Amino acid sequence: MSDRGSGERTAHDRTGHERTAGDRLRTSIGALSLPNPVLTASGCGGTGRELAQFFELSRLGAFVTTSVMPQARAGRPTPRVAETPSGLLTAMGLPGPGVETFLEHDLPWLIEQDVRTIVSVAGDGVEEYGDLSRRLRGVPGVAAIEVNLAAPNAGDRGGTFGRHPAAAAAVVRAVRAHARPGVPVLAKLAPDATDIVTIALACVDAGADGLTLINTMDGMAIDPHTLRPALTGVSGGLSGPAIRPIAVRCVYQVHAALPRTPIVGVGGIATGLDALEFVLAGASAVAVGTALFHDPTAGPRILRELDEALAARGIGSLADAVGLAHRPAGYVPPQVRPDELEKERT
Amino acid sequence: MSDTPVQTSATVLTVRQVQDYHAMTLVAPAIAERFRPGQFIAVAVGGRHTARLVRRCFGVHEVKSDYGGTVEVVFRDTEPGTSWLAGLKARDQLDLLGPLGRPFRLPRDPVNCLLVGGGPGGAVLFALADSLLRRGCRVHFVLGGPSARQVFGSRMAQRIGDSATVATADGTLGDRGTVRDVLPRVIDETAADVVYGCGPTDLLRSVTQVAGDFGLPSQVSVEEFMQRTGACGTGVCMTCVLPVHGDDGVTRMVRACADGPVLRGDRVRWGDLGTIPFDALGAPRVLSTGARGVTEGSDR
Ligand SMILES: Cc1cc2nc3c(=O)[nH]c(=O)nc-3n(C[C@H](O)[C@H](O)[C@H](O)COP(=O)(O)OP(=O)(O)OC[C@H]3O[C@@H](n4cnc5c(N)ncnc54)[C@H](O)[C@@H]3O)c2cc1C
Ligand SMILES: Cc1cc2nc3c(=O)[nH]c(=O)nc-3n(C[C@H](O)[C@H](O)[C@H](O)COP(=O)(O)O)c2cc1C
Ligand code: FES
Repeated sequence: MSDRGSGERTAHDRTGHERTAGDRLRTSIGALSLPNPVLTASGCGGTGRELAQFFELSRLGAFVTTSVMPQARAGRPTPRVAETPSGLLTAMGLPGPGVETFLEHDLPWLIEQDVRTIVSVAGDGVEEYGDLSRRLRGVPGVAAIEVNLAAPNAGDRGGTFGRHPAAAAAVVRAVRAHARPGVPVLAKLAPDATDIVTIALACVDAGADGLTLINTMDGMAIDPHTLRPALTGVSGGLSGPAIRPIAVRCVYQVHAALPRTPIVGVGGIATGLDALEFVLAGASAVAVGTALFHDPTAGPRILRELDEALAARGIGSLADAVGLAHRPAGYVPPQVRPDELEKERT
Repeated sequence: MSDTPVQTSATVLTVRQVQDYHAMTLVAPAIAERFRPGQFIAVAVGGRHTARLVRRCFGVHEVKSDYGGTVEVVFRDTEPGTSWLAGLKARDQLDLLGPLGRPFRLPRDPVNCLLVGGGPGGAVLFALADSLLRRGCRVHFVLGGPSARQVFGSRMAQRIGDSATVATADGTLGDRGTVRDVLPRVIDETAADVVYGCGPTDLLRSVTQVAGDFGLPSQVSVEEFMQRTGACGTGVCMTCVLPVHGDDGVTRMVRACADGPVLRGDRVRWGDLGTIPFDALGAPRVLSTGARGVTEGSDR
C-alpha cells in the first residue's frame, strides 16, 4: 500500500485530486503491491510462455504458477476434461515438472518477462509444503506464495487439507514458518467445505497474509455414449462461469468476517463486470482461470473492461470499490449512467 | 513471416458439405500468411456469450491468397460445437487462434513422399503436398475410410499426386480393406523415402509400424487425439497429453497441441495412449498400500 502510484504520479495526484489510470488500478495483497488487480489463476496459464505468444505478461498484475510439487508428476490419464454448461470439469492429477525443474526453467523465464510471480505450492503432507516453502526462501523473484489447500491429503482419503480447519492451519503455519518475512502467504481454499469462513479464520490465525477464493468444486459428468464417467478420474473440479455465484458468495462471506484480510477472487471470471462483482464482494485482486482456455488474451481484456466499468461508475480507484457491496442498504453508492450501461451491454 | 500465432476475428466466406464432412473457408490473412502445413486453428464456438468454453481445433486443409488470405478447414459434425459451426453462413464472424502447433518438417531434398490420410484427417495432407511438390518431391497418396463418403479428397489426390491409392472397409471406393492392408505394397511401388500421416489413432499406429518395418521415418499429426482430449489448443490446459519417448529414452507426457500435433511416429507410445505408462517421468509410484499416487481423491 505504501508505494501506491510510484512512478506514475501526476502533479495533481500529490494533492489527492486526480489520479492517473495506472494509479486507479493499483492494488496490494499485504506487503505485495501490484500494478493492477488481474492475475492468472493457478494451473490455467501454463508456464507463461504459451500466453506470452499473445500478449506481454508484464501487463498482468501478477502471474500465478501452476501448483509446484516436490517431484515431477505425470498427472492423470486422459480424458482429463469434460465440457459442462458454462463450465469445465477437470481431473488433472496436478501434473508438473517438480520444483527443481520449475526453479531452473520456468521461474527465471517468468522473472525475465518482468511479471510479478506468485508461486503456488502443493504437497503430499504438511512437511512437503514446509519443504517447498524453505526451497523458495532463497529464490529471488518470488512475489508471494499461494498455498493450494485443495491438494489431496494423504492422511484423509478422498479429502483435502482445505476441508478441515486444523489441517489447513497446519499447512499454512508450515509454509509461513519457512517463507521469507515480507513475502505474503496466500491460502487458497475450495468452496466445498462445511463452512469456508471457519477455515479462512483458521488460515489467517496460522499466519496467512491473504486468501485466494476459490478453487474448483467437486463435480461429475457421465458420458451418454460410453455410459461411463466422462473423466478417468471419475469426479473432477468444476470451474468456469458456472461456479461464479458460489465464488462471489465465498468472497462476500469471508470479507464480512475478515474485512482487513486481502482476498484474491477467483471463479468464472470472464469479463470486466465479472471482476467488478468480486471486487464489490470484497476482493482486492482477481484471478482468471478457465477463461484463458477460451481466450488467451482474457487477462488484458478484463483489465481494460474493469477500468472502464470503474470509470463509468465514477469510482476513482479500485481500492474504493473493494467490499462496496457490504455497505448497508440506504447508502447511495455511485450509480452508473444509463448511457454507460448501454455501452457495457454492446 | 512471423512464428507467433495470432488471435483474430475471421469472416466466414463459405460453409459447404463435402461428402460426410463440412468444409469452411474463413478470411484470416494474418493466419494464412504465417501458416505452415500441419498447423491448426482453434475456434471459439457458440458466439460471444457462449456457454461452451472449450475451443475446437482443426487442421488446416489449405490456405489461399484470394480475398486477402483465406484458411479452409474440414470437419465432421459430431457434437453441438461442430453443429453450430456447420450452421454458420457467409459473413458470420468467428474468433480464431492460429496458426498453432508444430508443422510437418519438410525434407530438404526432392524425395519420394507417401502421404497417408484417414477420414477428415486426410484434409491436412493437401497443404503438405503443395509444399512438397514445390520442393520437387514426388507425392503419393493413400487415403482410407469406412466407406466412400468418408474418404476425403480422393479426386484431388489423383489430380495433384503422382499416385493415389484408396482403401475402404466396405469396398465402396478403391480396394476393400484398410490403409494398413495396402501400405506395404504402395511403399514398395513408390519407393517411398518418408511417410506422413494424419487420421485416427489406429491409422497412425499402422503408418508408424509399417514405415518402421521398411526403415522409413514417419511424421504423423495426432490431430484426432487432440480434438478428443484438448480444451485450449494453446498449450495452457495440459489436458491433451500423450506418452512420447524423448531423445534421452525417457517417456514424457507431452501436449498434442503445443508439442504436436505433428510428432515423429516412432516416438509415440501408441499402445499407451489414454494411460500414464508406469515408466513415464512423474508416473505414480507402485500402487501398494501407503504409496504415493493412490490417494489422489481430488486434484487441482
Ligand atoms: C521425416 C523426415 C524426412 C527427412 N528426409 C530428408 C531427406 O530425405 N533428405 C534430407 O536432406 N533431409 C531430410 N530431412 C531433414 C529435413 O530436411 C530438415 O533438415 C530437418 O527437418 C531440419 O529441421 P529443422 O527443425 O531444423 O528445420 P525446419 O523446421 O524443418 O525448417 C527448415 C526450413 O524449411 C522451412 N519449413 C519447414 N517446415 C516447413 C513447412 N511445413 N512448410 C513450409 N516451410 C517449412 C522453414 O521455414 C525453414 O526455412 C528429413 C526430415 C524429416 C523429419
Ligand atoms: C485445468 C485446471 C488446472 C488447475 N490447476 C490448479 C493448480 O495447479 N493449483 C490450484 O491452486 N488451482 C488450480 N486450478 C483451479 C484454478 O486456479 C481456479 O481456482 C478455478 O479454476 C476457478 O477459477 P476459474 O473458474 O476462473 O477457472 C486449476 C483449474 C483448472 C481448470
Ligand atoms: S489443448 Fe490445452 S494443452 Fe493441449
